[in-house]
Amino acid sequence: MILLWLIGIPLAAGILAWMFARWSDLAARWISLLSTILCFALSLGLWRRYAGEAHLLSNGKWFIEVNAIWIPQLGIHFHLAMDGLSLLMVALTFLLGIMSVLTSWREIKQGVGFFHLNLMWILAGIVGVFLAVDLFLFYFAWELMLVPMYFLIAVWGHERRTYAAVKFFIFTQACGLLMLISILALYLIHHSETGVYTFEYKDLLGTSMAPHTAFLIMLGFFIGFAVKLPMFPLHPWLPDAHTQAPTAGSVILAGLLLKTGAYGLIRFVIPLFPQASHQFAPVAMTLAVIGIIYGAVMAFAQTDLKRLVAYTSVSHLGFVLLGIYAWNDLALQGALISMICHGISTGSLFMLVGQLQERTHTREMGKLGGLWATIPRMSGVAMFFAMGSMGLPGLGDFVGEFLVLLGTYKAGFTGWAIAATIGVLFSTLYALRFIQRAYHGPNTNHWSIPDLAAREVIIYVPMMAILLWLGLYPQLVLRTFQPAMRNLQRSASNRQSFEAANR
Amino acid sequence: MTPMNSSDITALLPLILITATAVVVMIAAAIRRSHAVAAVLTLLGLAITFASLWYVSPLAPRQVGPLLTIDGYSLFYTGLIVAATAAVVVLSYGYFERQTEHREELYILILVAVLGSMVLVASDHFISFFLGLEILSIALYALNAYLRDRALPLEAGIKYLILAAASAAFLLFGMAFIYAELGTMQFTRIASLMLGGSNLDQPVLVAGLALIITGFGFKLALVPFHLWTPDIYEGAPAPVTAFVATVSKGAMFALLLRYFYTISIRRFDSIFLVLAIIAVASMIAGNVLALLQNNVKRILAYSSIAHMGYVLVAFLAGGAMGAQAVTFYLVAYFITTLGAFGVVTVLSPSDRDADRLEDYTGLFWRRPALGSILTLMLLSLAGIPLTAGFFGKFYIVAAGASSAIWGLIIVLVLTSVVGLYYYLRVVVAIFSAPEAAAEELPLLPVPASSGIILGVLGLLLVWLGVYPGYLLGIVTTAVRSITH
Repeated sequence: MILLWLIGIPLAAGILAWMFARWSDLAARWISLLSTILCFALSLGLWRRYAGEAHLLSNGKWFIEVNAIWIPQLGIHFHLAMDGLSLLMVALTFLLGIMSVLTSWREIKQGVGFFHLNLMWILAGIVGVFLAVDLFLFYFAWELMLVPMYFLIAVWGHERRTYAAVKFFIFTQACGLLMLISILALYLIHHSETGVYTFEYKDLLGTSMAPHTAFLIMLGFFIGFAVKLPMFPLHPWLPDAHTQAPTAGSVILAGLLLKTGAYGLIRFVIPLFPQASHQFAPVAMTLAVIGIIYGAVMAFAQTDLKRLVAYTSVSHLGFVLLGIYAWNDLALQGALISMICHGISTGSLFMLVGQLQERTHTREMGKLGGLWATIPRMSGVAMFFAMGSMGLPGLGDFVGEFLVLLGTYKAGFTGWAIAATIGVLFSTLYALRFIQRAYHGPNTNHWSIPDLAAREVIIYVPMMAILLWLGLYPQLVLRTFQPAMRNLQRSASNRQSFEAANR
Repeated sequence: MTPMNSSDITALLPLILITATAVVVMIAAAIRRSHAVAAVLTLLGLAITFASLWYVSPLAPRQVGPLLTIDGYSLFYTGLIVAATAAVVVLSYGYFERQTEHREELYILILVAVLGSMVLVASDHFISFFLGLEILSIALYALNAYLRDRALPLEAGIKYLILAAASAAFLLFGMAFIYAELGTMQFTRIASLMLGGSNLDQPVLVAGLALIITGFGFKLALVPFHLWTPDIYEGAPAPVTAFVATVSKGAMFALLLRYFYTISIRRFDSIFLVLAIIAVASMIAGNVLALLQNNVKRILAYSSIAHMGYVLVAFLAGGAMGAQAVTFYLVAYFITTLGAFGVVTVLSPSDRDADRLEDYTGLFWRRPALGSILTLMLLSLAGIPLTAGFFGKFYIVAAGASSAIWGLIIVLVLTSVVGLYYYLRVVVAIFSAPEAAAEELPLLPVPASSGIILGVLGLLLVWLGVYPGYLLGIVTTAVRSITH
């Protein structure tokens, strides 16, 4: 039941916010803020309750689930379920949800009600993606989160918002449809195998099929998720969408939407098609490494601050992809930590750039410089997150990247691990250049702008605390993830041995 | 042949009631012209006809005379046509209130067209096929040109007249070929003769089928028989366009489905190939040409070409699932098209239709309700979740995948991505900041009746998108009479 609340509260809050905005914009903001805080509290409550009961999951059970018949003719169920992985993702979703509401408090002045409707519905869609274990429901939520995101970019975005929004929508829709074909193919193969029509994740896990077919279906899923991730060369929508979106949109895009791609790979692609994924791993990992280096180099070359931060996402998610395909304990844990930390640090960087733009009306690095003297607090915070982004030990990103590299090396992909390490070097370059060009040096343009207000500082404090916490003591998160990871690995290896025995 | 008895008359009750309504409206108009009375009488007649379906359904399936068959399938489509027409009538009332024309005849023509459509969906004989088609077409010629002091509607009427006549000639020719070879015009007899006869002249049969496809293709606006569509969509008054796009195409597709399912078209490889090429061409041409348009009615016209291509894919998938997919999609398409043209209708001032893209700039901010409904309809056409169009498209892809017509499915997916672009263009316009446009549409009050209908269509759309199971159950029962 509580899973339904996690989706229902944002949906209802969105509609309420829209209605109340007729009378007062402030009401819309408060409704959204309180509902996201409530949902965040609910997910923390779930964490407290289930983190200690890892043994419950030892036989592949969910922490908690809701299952109801939805469209009986096609065997479609409304099935939501939560394990450690989805729990962490849901908590991250609502944390960043709170941040996006707060960061829009001053920025959004037009159409406030409709803005919050979209914002809340994106969150609901994302939570749906993280919780759905019926593939039809998953696809439904997957597509659903695109529409409000499209509106967020198209209505409240910057100069080239229409172009960016349409590009984003078409890219993700196209690949989503490929995924739909794959889902249906899997569904029909399972039916011809067993005579049962079902979209249920656990049932489909056992579907056996010819290696060639499995490879094609896997590819459909993979492309669908890789676009969201985004993997090189499917990333061109990302810099535009991130740059043109309003701050809250960028935070959600970078912090959450990209994670749905990684989540899909972990939850669906590898457990459903272990053999095909195994064959495909070198290709995926090569593309991941190219993405790491390409994203970092591109970020280094940008002069628009938002574009710079956007390209760092390509680089960071490359690490996640690398870790997922290495598929051992270390690499997967690293991928998970990277996902969470990237959400927090990149989300914060987008908020910082947004606040800078609000004050200076520019995102051009060339027009900035020497800001440290006039806004020391903001510069310090920016420095902190830039250090996080470049992987400074002691902060969460470092743990994630380090574990991924170690896992990749252990999985026997030595060359890939070495190449990816070079990518880490590039990340130092772009992070330092960002700090140096924007905040250090002479204040040639004589900027004199207000520093972070108390309200704004409050936003960053928990984010910094989490990054530090994950950097120093990630065990709590890893322990929550552990049983879920075991289950995923077990279903992948069961299949693999099953198929090997079948040959 | 046995003479008609009383239960045959009962089975024909919906047809009789519609005809009677047409006569009553005509008499009422002769006594005293009143737009409201004509519209109310029409709606009343449609409501009674709709209710009579429940009274008739225990009799189904029933063959009435040699020409008509009343079964679950025809009753379902009759209900769909009647309901859609009721929506068109309500929208027309609001639209034609702003006109100075005589308005009462409009409703008579609409009722006659409905009669033709009802004959089509119940037809299982070439004679009733042709009769129904002509009753429908002749009413449509007049409906298209109803606003006879405007240039565009007249052009639309003439164009439709000439092309429809030509296509009817092709159709007759095709029927003659088949009759010459088989000596019967009854669908089931044709099917059994085709199954049995190995000594038949295949080329003549295939030629006959191909000519019949030409006739279908014209009415459904499939490529390469689509050239009339944009002009007629643009020229005809908005509610009439909605009628042409829904009732006329729906009835024709229902018949196509019945006819080709009866003779199991999948046995004819060459015909299957031709239909597949037509489907691909329609999906590509419709979606690509829509990109080039700046007129909302023309965009919807090209999009309708593409959508008929999608439905054809489901049709080619065959089997019970294919028929269900076609029928579900048509219902979704009816709701969506009525909703979209409904918004165009209520926005149209008295001197022209609101069909320029600029007319929609900032619509959401000026008129949130209309903007939201049009956006919903466009998203449904694009196949986005929470709308009926999503599940419809999903079901078509599922049907296609289950009979492994991968090529067609891939084309469907790729072209519907192209389609997104032009739907989004309209959506972008709806949500962009309202500018001080040089010639802005007057903020006309939305007639209450039209507003209610649009609201109902919006709710239906979302309901079917979220909970398609109910309709799917009905559709499954309905198509059973043609797929068994």
